[in-house]
Amino acid sequence: MQFAGLVVVGIIMLVFLGVQGLKLQFFFGVIIPYLALVVFCLGLIGRVVKWGRSPVPFSIPTVHGQQKSLPWIKASAIDSPVTTAGVVARLALEVLFFRSLFKNVKAELGEGRRLTFTWEKWLWLAGLLFHWSFLVVIFRHLRFFTEPVPAVVHSLGSLDGFFQVGLQAFFITDLIILATVLYLLLRRVCIPQMRYISLPADYFPLFVIFGIALSGISMRYFFKVDIAAVKKLAMGLVTFKPVLPEGIGVIFYIHLFLVCVLFAYFPFSKLMHMAGIFMAPTRNLANDSRARRHVNPWNYPVKVHTYADYEAEFGRKMEEAGLPVENSQAKVS
Amino acid sequence: MASVPKPDQLLKIDHRPPQTGWMDTPVVFKKGTYSHAAKAKNLEAVDLPNPRDWSPDQQDWKLPENWKEIVLEGLRERLSRYRSLQIFMDICVRCGACADKCHFFIGSGDPKNMPVLRAELLRSVYRKDFTTAGKILGKFAGARELTTDVIKEWFYYFFQCTECRRCSVFCPYGIDTAEITIIVRELLNLLGCNIDWIAGPVANCYRTGNHLGIQPHTFKDMVEFCVEDIEKLTGVKIEPTFNRKGAEILFVTPSGDVFADPGTYTLMGYLMLFHELGLDYTWSTYASDGGNFGFFHSMEMAKRLNYKIYAEAKRLGVKWILGGECGHMWRVIHQYMDTMNGPADFLEVPVSPITGTRFDHAGSTKMVHIAEFTADLIRHNKLKLDARRNDHFKVTFHDSCNPARSMGLFEEPRYVLRNVCNHFYDMPEGTIREQTFCCGSGGGLNSDEFSEMRMRGGFPRANAVRYVREKYGVNTLACICAVDRAALPPLMQYWVPGVEVAGLHELVGNALIMSGEVPRTSDLRGNPLAEGDGDGDV
Amino acid sequence: MAMYNGRSIVTGLVLFFALLTFPFWYGLGAAPAPEPDLNTPAIQKLVEKKCVENREFMRANHMELLKEWRNAVVRTGNRVYIAGDGKKYEMSLQNTCLDCHANIPPKQVKTTSNQLSQVQFCNSCHSYVGVKPDCWTCHIQPKEGR
Repeated sequence: MQFAGLVVVGIIMLVFLGVQGLKLQFFFGVIIPYLALVVFCLGLIGRVVKWGRSPVPFSIPTVHGQQKSLPWIKASAIDSPVTTAGVVARLALEVLFFRSLFKNVKAELGEGRRLTFTWEKWLWLAGLLFHWSFLVVIFRHLRFFTEPVPAVVHSLGSLDGFFQVGLQAFFITDLIILATVLYLLLRRVCIPQMRYISLPADYFPLFVIFGIALSGISMRYFFKVDIAAVKKLAMGLVTFKPVLPEGIGVIFYIHLFLVCVLFAYFPFSKLMHMAGIFMAPTRNLANDSRARRHVNPWNYPVKVHTYADYEAEFGRKMEEAGLPVENSQAKVS
Repeated sequence: MASVPKPDQLLKIDHRPPQTGWMDTPVVFKKGTYSHAAKAKNLEAVDLPNPRDWSPDQQDWKLPENWKEIVLEGLRERLSRYRSLQIFMDICVRCGACADKCHFFIGSGDPKNMPVLRAELLRSVYRKDFTTAGKILGKFAGARELTTDVIKEWFYYFFQCTECRRCSVFCPYGIDTAEITIIVRELLNLLGCNIDWIAGPVANCYRTGNHLGIQPHTFKDMVEFCVEDIEKLTGVKIEPTFNRKGAEILFVTPSGDVFADPGTYTLMGYLMLFHELGLDYTWSTYASDGGNFGFFHSMEMAKRLNYKIYAEAKRLGVKWILGGECGHMWRVIHQYMDTMNGPADFLEVPVSPITGTRFDHAGSTKMVHIAEFTADLIRHNKLKLDARRNDHFKVTFHDSCNPARSMGLFEEPRYVLRNVCNHFYDMPEGTIREQTFCCGSGGGLNSDEFSEMRMRGGFPRANAVRYVREKYGVNTLACICAVDRAALPPLMQYWVPGVEVAGLHELVGNALIMSGEVPRTSDLRGNPLAEGDGDGDV
Repeated sequence: MAMYNGRSIVTGLVLFFALLTFPFWYGLGAAPAPEPDLNTPAIQKLVEKKCVENREFMRANHMELLKEWRNAVVRTGNRVYIAGDGKKYEMSLQNTCLDCHANIPPKQVKTTSNQLSQVQFCNSCHSYVGVKPDCWTCHIQPKEGR
């Protein structure tokens, strides 16, 4: 954890020195974002293609509900899907609502050798709120990358900014993302088993995201920057005519650089669960392996013990026991 | 059963992780928590590498010279063959949702029994040798060097996973530790590191067709013992056939049912049912085991052992295959057999000759589970049943991991149970159906020397049984798995004394009214029927 | 290089990248960034062309200043703002800000509410960055002839 924390602090210092001291605005404002995006795209494609090049040799869905067998037994269309629609619904519920995580029960060994189970909803709730908030925040940022800003971005912004502080809309997702990242971090630190299994690679993205959220919120409510200038920079990037407007505070560069770090880090990390969830054979296959044959592309022939081998060894005993055989040895001898 | 500490002693479980990080905590081979090494002769029997006699608790494992190269090359090959492995190596976020879902973690408190950490044992090596970040950043990226200590750790912990897939139900990405366990066991096999409880049955099964090494004439004898018992009990003479060409149906069941109590009672149930139906079926002494310990060994071995089922069906010219009660056998049949040894285009889509029901859901594999078959019979009123003959049983049902989480076979056995006994009580939600707990002995781990770990792993299952025992007076744990029938009796004796274990078709056999039978005075086990039970007052 | 289930995977990737790169292709026809028009009669008349505070501060913090003004006027009745350089201004959106930053001083214009804000100066940036100013919820928004 310390290691991951230090790296993130180091990153922030680096930007501060680079922008404030060395005036490397062009580097941090133009070169790095392009670089990060290229790394993200190529990395993500590379990883997904790598996954795709390995086949799914067997049909191994984890079945969560009654199979489709006899017509009078009600089958579970989503938890034991047999149709594409069922599989899509199952995946959609998984991706949009974290359905498996929702089932999370905590096992505890209590008094009198008793094992009790309680519904553990906090991880699910925090995880879900975190991901949805993140998505809304990203979507809201489209106002910096589009001209004219699409109406839907406005609508979502007004919904998210339903509450107000002062004259400004206060985005509830800002608060949620900070709170949930903090929760996810704290449970890693405070629950002994969680701390035991956690790697620097688990803390690092949490710190980066926390840094992104914190710098973004600071920029919005405390250390204000000229956002028209920020948009000029952003539009310069997306129209491939990069410009560096004057007067954007260093806090913006910190925010931007952390975002770039997250993007560039993404394809090489566990964050790839975003793509992986769609490709996990335990969730994206139908439970129809007895009705439709699943083909394994590398199904190589194996050495087997044929019936002939079997009878060659046991034929005489079989005959003596009155079991039918293919080649009677009694006749031969 | 080998000596195991008393239950209260065993339950002093500390779930807090140790002070040292998991990479720095070496594995300790403690008696009762690991299984004996595979004997050289059992590896030689199926041409496996590095056959030798060795023991896990000794320093020198007699690994081949280039063991590291073998493992890394093996891993590389498997990464290119299994998308599941590739993805499960890359996307785990270590959220910890799986941690307390594993029966071995609940029962032992050993952090490396948390599915997430079990998988990290392999992931750390994957990162070191197959990812750039791991190569450069090493430990900071969660990577570690592959050493003989890692091999020992793998052996210990991947033979402490029963491949039950419960963790996969709760994982938000469906990461399935069973997949990882299968792969690591394959890698260990490349070095000749297996346990004898798997290697022995595999060697037997390859040669004789069944795990117990029962030769054809003995197999016939053993089934005929049951036939005699049935005649004594019911007065009905049954004449099963073996290796008979031209039968309509080939019946395949785990050999455990032929071999020992209480499986034999289940076998009697099958025999009685098929006789009563006048089913045109045959046993096979060659395909004399549907169970497949090869599956606990490697995919290749699973295929080698599974081969005989279709081969025998083809040789005998049957129309379709009926499968008995077994857990992992049904995982292999439902999710692998058709892919591995199919297509079974020489068979027909199964149709019940009694009810005319066409089992389209098994239309490609052409093999039907007996619970499906019997449920269909009962639904069509084709069986005369007297459920009162099971009135001395207060029954609960253990969903075996594989038919549950790999098939979704939940309602069929329950429907049968409700029709053959009057007292059926399900265990609480969260411990049944897709969330069912393992018996603690699956995955090839039901060896005697592994008893302590089996009792630990079986504790969550036993705990749920105890709940219904206290609440409803349950005294019988029904199941549809041969490993269960071997593993659950000692488990019940240890944690919940007074609960017997019975196969579903044992209870069917009890309730089944056969034409021409004499009034029954006892159940299939020879227990006298309770007052008012049975035929006396029909 | 062949992929298994390649069609689904490629479709997924294409969809994802189509969404991801939305700003790029949407931005192809984007109008250039607006420059707020400072060429109003009132500004032309100024000797020193300077707002109440310096330009950088105003660009980033005008909403803070307006909030301060609002609180001062509405809650304490104080209408005099002393700027950083010591100059005094009347704290009034319509009489001070819009006096300069509108082509026609709002005092002389008949205004109707419920119209989109047509103050070019505010709007040029506000609609560019997609922020709806909160001024016109209380103030009647002036209508400029353009």
